[in-house]
Amino acid sequence: MRIPLSALLGLVLTGGFLFIAVFAQFIAPYPIDSTVGGVWDSPSATHWLGTDTIGRDILSRLIYGAQITIFVALASSILSFSLGSFLGFLAAVRGGLVDQVLSRIVDLVMAVPSLIVALVMLSVLPLNLTVLILVIGVLDSTRVFRLSRAVAVDISVMDYIEAARLRGEKQSWIIFREILPNALSPLVAEFGLRFIFAVLFISTLSFLGLGIQPPLTDWGGMVGENKGGLVYGKSAALVPAAAIALLAISVNLVADWILSRTSSLKGGRGG
Amino acid sequence: MHPVLKLVVQRIALGLLLLLAVSAVIFLGVEALPGDTAQAILGQSATPVALENLRAEMGLDRPPLERYLSWLGGVLTGDLGTALSNKADIAQSISTRLGNTLFLAAAAAVIAVPLAILLGLVAARYVGGWPDKLISGVTLTTISLPEFVAAYFVIFLLTQVFPIFQPVSMVLPGMGFWGKLQAIALPVIVLVMVVLAHMMRMTRAAILNVMQSAYVETAELKGLSPMQVVWRHALPNAVAPVVSVVMLNLAYLVVGVVVVEVVFSYNALGKYLVDHVTKRDLPVVQAVGLIFAAVYIFLNVAADIIAIVANPRLRHPK
Repeated sequence: MRIPLSALLGLVLTGGFLFIAVFAQFIAPYPIDSTVGGVWDSPSATHWLGTDTIGRDILSRLIYGAQITIFVALASSILSFSLGSFLGFLAAVRGGLVDQVLSRIVDLVMAVPSLIVALVMLSVLPLNLTVLILVIGVLDSTRVFRLSRAVAVDISVMDYIEAARLRGEKQSWIIFREILPNALSPLVAEFGLRFIFAVLFISTLSFLGLGIQPPLTDWGGMVGENKGGLVYGKSAALVPAAAIALLAISVNLVADWILSRTSSLKGGRGG
Repeated sequence: MHPVLKLVVQRIALGLLLLLAVSAVIFLGVEALPGDTAQAILGQSATPVALENLRAEMGLDRPPLERYLSWLGGVLTGDLGTALSNKADIAQSISTRLGNTLFLAAAAAVIAVPLAILLGLVAARYVGGWPDKLISGVTLTTISLPEFVAAYFVIFLLTQVFPIFQPVSMVLPGMGFWGKLQAIALPVIVLVMVVLAHMMRMTRAAILNVMQSAYVETAELKGLSPMQVVWRHALPNAVAPVVSVVMLNLAYLVVGVVVVEVVFSYNALGKYLVDHVTKRDLPVVQAVGLIFAAVYIFLNVAADIIAIVANPRLRHPK
């Protein structure tokens, strides 16, 4: 199997980001929240990426931020995935009333942009990691639901499903042992897209001041903290911004490659 | 009734029904979440008696359904209530800001739509060639950027590296039309960048889809030039999908506007919404959320209707 250069690059970079996220505590040269330099110092030998708005080491915060950003995005995309694909398969297998109710609820949630729904919910809910993961995961599960329902509807008319039904297999067997293995490849590419969506979502919320709260930080929050410097030519805010872009592009390259190798079923990033 | 008209009326009715359901979710769904408005105003140290009094004063002791219906009645008559944070009339605050938001979104749309269709046509015409690869590569990059990231790169590039623009977008009441346009140049550039990628990719896909059909092959085989094939045969049939692509992406603009307004401190509806989410000012958030939802649903219904009217095959549902 030949892997195209772009996908290889994406795989290496994604792997690198994951490594940094897991071992942040050992890699970061300075603690996350201590002032170690002047305000917006330029990059130097002691602070490779300079210091931020109150003199904290940007590289260290970037590394700790990678941990939070990737953890929240991964947790919420796993949640959206398990919830969305299970309900999607269930709707396809059961059909009838179950399908109608689930599909109409999903239509309703998707009738409003996710960011607006999230803003309305976050104006009431307390802001902590669990709430953020739940909000992003549940909102995003609607897209997984649509895709996995469509895939499962295609699969559920196959002969082997009919055979399993006639054998008298239980519904859980049909979902987990017959449909899931056959639906896996389009869903894997979709997982990449959902992960990117979650990264962009949590970054946007944190940038707006409604995501990760201090003393923790993530990349979106770091852009927000340092945005004031741009007017004075201090480019500190661009470093976490570039990190978000690089992570999203890397995962996109991998997902595009998987998608081109599997089927024509595509789920968009969407609003 | 004419079948097209009937379909259109059906879509509109469905859209209104959806909006009603969304309003119920925005009001009653938020009620169901843990959290208490009276507590939010008075803080954690409030005495039970004070809480009780405030709830009675705000009508929070009435059943949720009754409050929903009176809220809905207010919305329909243009009375959106008052903000918790500063007791300002919400409808009045919104009306001054809605115009600014629409101005920004319209300016972005006027530039993005023709540009996206043109680029989509070029990419579809040279599919697999270098113009296609270049356009696809650039749009894949901008699609990966959230609005605020794109915004700060644009700000840094156009105010620091090449100092052409001012970094803050203030639209003041006394400004002329051109002055206003100049003030919003940067946010418009950002919005165009963000929407363009989606719109162009979907346009390209829609045109390629038409290009693979039998009548286009016939046109090619009878020796028409490639531009004639695109212009005379592919484009008329691609109008319906392209128009619905454009509408769907204008709906996407609705979300982009919220973030971009915050980045540029542009005093309009999106910034008003985010500010009041931070202040936990529920009545404002509900009212503005409903407006954004209504615009979004309206654009989606409009996309459906244009697709129905433009495409004869859709006029006869089986």
